[in-house]
Amino acid sequence: MDAKPKLLTALDSITVILLAIATLMVFFYAPMEAVMGQVQRVFYFHVAAGWVGMLGFLVAAIAGIAYLRSGNRRWDIVGLSAVEIGMVFALINIVTGSIWARPIWNTWWTWDPRLTTATIMELIYAAYLLLRQGIEDPDRRARFGAVYAIVGFLSVPLTFFSARLFRTIHPVVIGTNQPGATGDFDMTPLMLQTFMVSLLAFSFVFADLLWHRIRLGRLADRVEQLKLKTVE
Amino acid sequence: MMTSLAQAPAETTAYMIAGYAVIFGMMLIYVISLFVRRRNLQQDAELLESLQEKEQPR
Repeated sequence: MDAKPKLLTALDSITVILLAIATLMVFFYAPMEAVMGQVQRVFYFHVAAGWVGMLGFLVAAIAGIAYLRSGNRRWDIVGLSAVEIGMVFALINIVTGSIWARPIWNTWWTWDPRLTTATIMELIYAAYLLLRQGIEDPDRRARFGAVYAIVGFLSVPLTFFSARLFRTIHPVVIGTNQPGATGDFDMTPLMLQTFMVSLLAFSFVFADLLWHRIRLGRLADRVEQLKLKTVE
Repeated sequence: MMTSLAQAPAETTAYMIAGYAVIFGMMLIYVISLFVRRRNLQQDAELLESLQEKEQPR
């Protein structure tokens, strides 16, 4: 049986500690925003979750390129794992954004360019998971997954820049807001520190989960091969 | 009578709690799903290996 590496156990511990520090900073270190009140605290993990979502899709695209170049199925496992984690965090990003929007925009949802592109991005990767399941041959499935992850990645920069390129009410943290942006605020140094620690903590969460998910993927691959041998 | 020009922040604590419940809830569900899937796959692998071991002496 595949023993858990010591480095992974260490990464688990560091991730939990960093996430705990980031959580404490969000609630007890960062000051309350003067207009929005407590709900502004959602911002720290909302953006960090969006970052992990996009990072996951970037890793999947890189793994797709690596698979097409090498033909090594390990890259397919990396790509699938990264997409799965990216989807979970992109969904967290969308749902928490909706919760924040209710008191600030007075609506749970609006078809704003940022919200629309984020939803399209999520649906593109949901289709990736569904379509993969319909392909029996592992090599064909891996080739399809690689090409899809590369092409699907086009939705990521589109989502990221949508709040900067199009007329939107979604606030922009880094860069200039559109004139119609609602719910923007100036980050104080304490807020900025909390934000950076949250990004770091979520980056570790991503690395940790990715490692665990890749190990799961390898085990699934082994079970699939054992099943084929048993049938023969 | 003097009135204060400074406005108190909006009362949005319930939304903050809902937001963090979603964040930690979804992360926890995903971690549990990884754990459950791994356990099931390990059971499958052990079963398949024992089946193959039984078949080999024949």
